[in-house]
Amino acid sequence: MAHKEFHMIQEYLSLVTTYSLLPFRFMRLDKDSVLLTNDWGEFKIIAPDTFERFIHKQLDTTGTDYLDLRAKYFISDTRSSDHLRVMASKYRTKKSFLEGFTKLHLFVVTLRCDHSCPYCQVSRQSEDKTRYDMTSEMAHRAVDLMLCVPARAVTCEFQGGEALLNFPLVQDIVLYATEKNRSIGKLINFVICTNLSILTDAHLLFFKEHNVNISSSLDGPAFLHDHNRPCSRGSSHALVEHNLRRAQEALGRENVSVLMTTTKESLAYPREIIDEYVRLNLGSIFLRSLSPYGFATKTMKAIGYSSEEFVEFYKKALDYILELNRRGHSFAEGFATLILTKILTPFPNSYVDLQSPAGAGFSAVAYNYDGEVYASDEARMLAEMNDTSFRLGNVLDNSYEQIFFGERMQAIAAASCNEALAGCADCALQPYCGADPVYHYATQGDMFGNRASSGFCKKNMGIIRHIFELLRQADSETEEILWSWINQANREEMKLPKVLWLSS
Amino acid sequence: MAIKLTTYGNTTGLNHRVTVRLTRDRSAETMNQADMALIVPLAEECADLNQCKSFAAVITDSSVLFDRVADAGIPAVRVQSTEGYREGYIVTIEPGSGFIRTIFRPESPHNTIFTTDRCNSNCIMCSQPPKEVDDRYLVEENIKMLSLIQAPPEYMGITGGEPTLLGPDLIRLLEATRDSLPNTHIHMLTNGRLYKNLNFVRRIAGVKHPSFVSAIPLYADVAGVHDFIVQAHGAFDETVEGLYNAAEAGLAVEIRIVLHKQTIPRLKQLAEFIYWNFPFAVHVAFMGLENMGYVKKNWEDLWIDPVDYMDSLGEAVKYLYVRRMNVSIYNLQLCLLPQSLWSFARKSISDFKNDYLDVCSPCTVRDHCCGLFLSQLNRHSEHIHTLCTV
Repeated sequence: MAHKEFHMIQEYLSLVTTYSLLPFRFMRLDKDSVLLTNDWGEFKIIAPDTFERFIHKQLDTTGTDYLDLRAKYFISDTRSSDHLRVMASKYRTKKSFLEGFTKLHLFVVTLRCDHSCPYCQVSRQSEDKTRYDMTSEMAHRAVDLMLCVPARAVTCEFQGGEALLNFPLVQDIVLYATEKNRSIGKLINFVICTNLSILTDAHLLFFKEHNVNISSSLDGPAFLHDHNRPCSRGSSHALVEHNLRRAQEALGRENVSVLMTTTKESLAYPREIIDEYVRLNLGSIFLRSLSPYGFATKTMKAIGYSSEEFVEFYKKALDYILELNRRGHSFAEGFATLILTKILTPFPNSYVDLQSPAGAGFSAVAYNYDGEVYASDEARMLAEMNDTSFRLGNVLDNSYEQIFFGERMQAIAAASCNEALAGCADCALQPYCGADPVYHYATQGDMFGNRASSGFCKKNMGIIRHIFELLRQADSETEEILWSWINQANREEMKLPKVLWLSS
Repeated sequence: MAIKLTTYGNTTGLNHRVTVRLTRDRSAETMNQADMALIVPLAEECADLNQCKSFAAVITDSSVLFDRVADAGIPAVRVQSTEGYREGYIVTIEPGSGFIRTIFRPESPHNTIFTTDRCNSNCIMCSQPPKEVDDRYLVEENIKMLSLIQAPPEYMGITGGEPTLLGPDLIRLLEATRDSLPNTHIHMLTNGRLYKNLNFVRRIAGVKHPSFVSAIPLYADVAGVHDFIVQAHGAFDETVEGLYNAAEAGLAVEIRIVLHKQTIPRLKQLAEFIYWNFPFAVHVAFMGLENMGYVKKNWEDLWIDPVDYMDSLGEAVKYLYVRRMNVSIYNLQLCLLPQSLWSFARKSISDFKNDYLDVCSPCTVRDHCCGLFLSQLNRHSEHIHTLCTV
């Protein structure tokens, strides 16, 4: 300072003479850049020589690199207390999806289905209701369990088979849960997963009255969708398109969503799939890979692919979606949105399939048609292959405590934190990724898994690295697009607004 | 032209400093007259003294009336003009010096409760440098003022100095604010350092004013730079801790950044720091420099023409905007801002220290522009210019 009454900046900055490193993970992105991340997902990309100086504590403590790393909590120094509370708060915020415990409750109301999709391991072409339908008694007991969790809001999701084939039970569950919840006061979100093939006005009337949202499936244009999803009633695509519109009209666009599944056949058609979603004005797509386990070799050969193939498909599709956005369409990709939220915001998201601790049991639970309780949807599919490793109990025989805190769940929990998994614990992408004990058990015979050969790891790392690459190269237009996805907003809403008095 | 809030008059019959509400209504309820001063303009100098005698004082620009009132033993103040004293204004009058300060105007959006001249920081750009004085009497005066307000304003500031230095008295003041102004938005400027005491913050939150925001400055994302700017070791840590305590206690916080040569270099990093660490802030305000107090002394270390930092400011605003934080720009003239930032610019300069330049007169967006601080009229950006069409 020129003025003598004031102290010079050096007096404040030079108080720091030495520093220590706070916990972080790192990864070389390319020869010119090293990615640093910390537990709650803040990141910094620095040059390799800066990295060397950083770890050897040779950074100039008044320089920009030092200050940047200090501000993002990669460095602790004597100058400033460690702000443990700040870090704890950020970590807690990022992990706040755990608050309230298991929120997603899947009710497999029947295994019967009118589709015979090769990627579904569980559906049955059967008229035998007694064998493959959940009983009312089981369903009520499952609702009782759902209402035991501490979360203030829970999601009750009807799965199949084709859930509408057991519509009476769906009604029964909705009414029972609503009635029982009267004295409990949770918010229950009802969702029915249905292929929509037998949707009636009576169904829609009930869904409208009881706020049941619809989640359906659309794998792409007719040739692809019908290839992936053979239906005994004719073209599944035609049924979906027709009934999707009816559902949207009856329930409102925001209450109807669709999921796509990628098969080997899909890999050649990223643009066609997206164009179909655009044509039907769906606003977004979630590019979902197969859960590629439990198939017979023959099926795997017909529909399966490697993680590398999926990542290539995903990149092509994402590029095309970005191109559409640049041309003026507001259209989001769901998986990228989740990853971006993890990378660019201090907040968590509620996606159960890429979390640490893993969603299985912690965030989601599946009540199977026969009353058996499994840690996830995939876990009950595994059970159909006669492997009940992830069976947590039975709704008729076991208590809430036995199911959610029993030995089985504890064993799963031990393999559920990627912070403590070999190959994940020191991966820079750990805060953006998750653990999946069910996947690793099914593919590698071990819940902990081996990352070197893990398809889960290859897929997620491939995509997350790609998204980092996108972010590094993003111009302001791309940034606006990506933020419109994170905010679930229109692209125009990401532009700095005009003053009202100017536009009038 | 700015409004003048202080003046000197001649007093008679006053033996201590008083806080009174002004009225021109001689028939005002007798029981309240002891807390009121009666304004009698020249034209009414023949007023009946009987109607004046119960008021705390008579304020007049008539020397004839002043003498008559003085002879009758009624406290009185003679001023140059009574024009600036409107119905409902609240003023303090000092007996010896005849100093009159207007401390409340019902129609103004810029009223503040001035709590103290003392401060525990010594910011290099402070527009109102702290004074080490005993001004505890202001507490009672402010509580009195609050009790006199008849028409609650939409906004009320609480400022200093550093209001939190009042300690328990601040709680009393806030309780009085809550009782008198429950429907007013209260905005307290504090450096947040004493918010490091969670119990104190809980007591403030415990007052439960329905609309209370603590506006807390954060000048850098790293301790050394912030502590330098506020000239206090440890201030950054205390303020960070304070912001977290405020959030924990359920107090709404705004974060304020003054734009100058010392804050501009890390402005983008500061925006990142705010988003990642204080996403709960209800508002972030980027503020142009007021050329008062220490700014004059430290001009060379502070001044940077706003046009030269527009890119940094634009980047920081955009960063927070897409992250859905509520952002404003204060004290910067529209002709210095790109149009893309106009929607964030507020008419932030209080009316009593606000003016425009000659080049502003023909400007088509003058009415939407904050204008300049009085203190800037002779020293400001060279780029201020008339905007003809937009």
